[in-house]
Amino acid sequence: MTELLIAVGVLCAINTGLAVLLMIAEATINRTGTWRITVNGTKELTVTGGRSLLAVLKEQQIFIPSACGGRGSCGLCKVAVLEGAGPLLPTELPWLTPEEQKTQVRLACQIKVRRDLSIRIPEELFSVKQYRTQVAGLSDLTHDIKRVTLTLLDPPAITFKAGQYIQLEVPPYALTDEPVYRAYSVSSDPCETGRIELEIRYVPNGICTTYVHRHLKVGDAVTINGPYGTFGLQPTDREIICIAGGSGMAPIQSILLEMARTGNPRPCRYFFGARARRDLFQTELMRQLEKSLPNFRYIPALSAPDPEDNWEGETGRITEVVDRQVQDASQAEAYLCGSPLMIDACIQVLRAKGMPDGNIFYDKFA
Amino acid sequence: MQQLGFFAILFSAVFTNNILLTNYLGMCSFLGCSREVKTSLGLGTAVFFVTAATSVLNWLVYVYILVPLDLVYLRFIVFIVVIAAFVQLVEMIIERVSETLYLALGIFLPLITVNCAILGASLFMVIRNYTFWQAAGYGLGAGLGWALAILAMAGIRQRLVQRSRVPRGLEGPGIALIIAGTMALAFMGFNGMVSLN
Repeated sequence: MTELLIAVGVLCAINTGLAVLLMIAEATINRTGTWRITVNGTKELTVTGGRSLLAVLKEQQIFIPSACGGRGSCGLCKVAVLEGAGPLLPTELPWLTPEEQKTQVRLACQIKVRRDLSIRIPEELFSVKQYRTQVAGLSDLTHDIKRVTLTLLDPPAITFKAGQYIQLEVPPYALTDEPVYRAYSVSSDPCETGRIELEIRYVPNGICTTYVHRHLKVGDAVTINGPYGTFGLQPTDREIICIAGGSGMAPIQSILLEMARTGNPRPCRYFFGARARRDLFQTELMRQLEKSLPNFRYIPALSAPDPEDNWEGETGRITEVVDRQVQDASQAEAYLCGSPLMIDACIQVLRAKGMPDGNIFYDKFA
Repeated sequence: MQQLGFFAILFSAVFTNNILLTNYLGMCSFLGCSREVKTSLGLGTAVFFVTAATSVLNWLVYVYILVPLDLVYLRFIVFIVVIAAFVQLVEMIIERVSETLYLALGIFLPLITVNCAILGASLFMVIRNYTFWQAAGYGLGAGLGWALAILAMAGIRQRLVQRSRVPRGLEGPGIALIIAGTMALAFMGFNGMVSLN
């Protein structure tokens, strides 16, 4: 017994000793220094180095989209680094296409700031801000999807386009030791600038969804940043085909609310896929929208309705329903939102109906 | 075995008992990073440096901590931890001191943590009951030997690509293994000159 304790003790002591040594080394040896970052050739930032470009930019209130929080596992934080990044790292390679490698696109979370940098980022990212908010409402839309209403405190208003998403910060709790960020599409009308709504589906053991579904309470403070994303209605006159599943409802709902408010006359069909009646939500809202938008039709489809559902609407997988309902898609535009599998399957169907790839817009929820 | 001095051990670890070509340790980076002389020089230098330093460090840990406390059976895990920590430290120092060296070695350093030649060198010196100076000589020699072997390999492979037509089925790892075998045979010529055991 004592022998075991000694063994464990010695091992712990050696490990702690080395860890402390490394921490001291990191604090003293690590080259921090002060460096200049030139953004888009115009703006100059003076920053402390030694950390990742993503973290440094965030501190300077420039928020690069990142779903994994800087672990190099989502590949979203792409930034063109024109000078000072050093050679491509093996951790970046899987995320960059040959074209991006040529145009010096890098992952901001993998690049350490250790000399002057010159970077190029999309102008719209400058409008991305961090917001302090408060939970104003939490309600169950289905057994696994919650609607979260956030009131903006500081700054008190947000400007976003219908279809864009924000990132929600999850503070450290039982499932995470450090703050993590997850992206959610806004489901409310962009005209409501002081209040936004999210529709969040519970994923077993998901860090953020567990936090929202099991821990978050009305009145809690929540930090978000955004808006991000290019998904949104294009300014054309084409017929619109929307296809969504699960929490993919959110961005489409926002787009439809804006269409209803502005009296958009474009013909529009919205296919929403679910398993059974208990997975359908916002049906009443959609029926209301059908009344205020004369050319809008909401088509929910169940893939596996329960016998007690008494379902008389469309049944089958969403791709089959679209296949049945849409004859010629060559003049239409499609807006898809949901899981990557669903989107890829829908793109196949729409292509077969003659829709050009340039008219298909989507937001994949990975 | 006590009579072997620092230089004798160093010499024999480089030539007669080359850790790569007689013990076949550290093979995966040996085959993976030996396409060009330039990268293999970088990796070889890094391995040399880390092997030399960690065998001395591990000798100290072994003799002054593990043996007195009767915890010799923990040597595998302790050696690996020491090597990993040392590699991190070296990475930080190199990053601070020389940008060019960091960019040349930088990506190889994390790989070295799991290079078995380095752990092998630490374990051999323990198994063979080396004294401090013998351990230091052995660490230096083993690292130097490994670097020498990968450099020779890279030189041969680089020429091979330029000058000769390798049969299709043997391209890549196939021909590399044949070269490694031939090199090992050549190093066998030194066998028996000095015994480390």
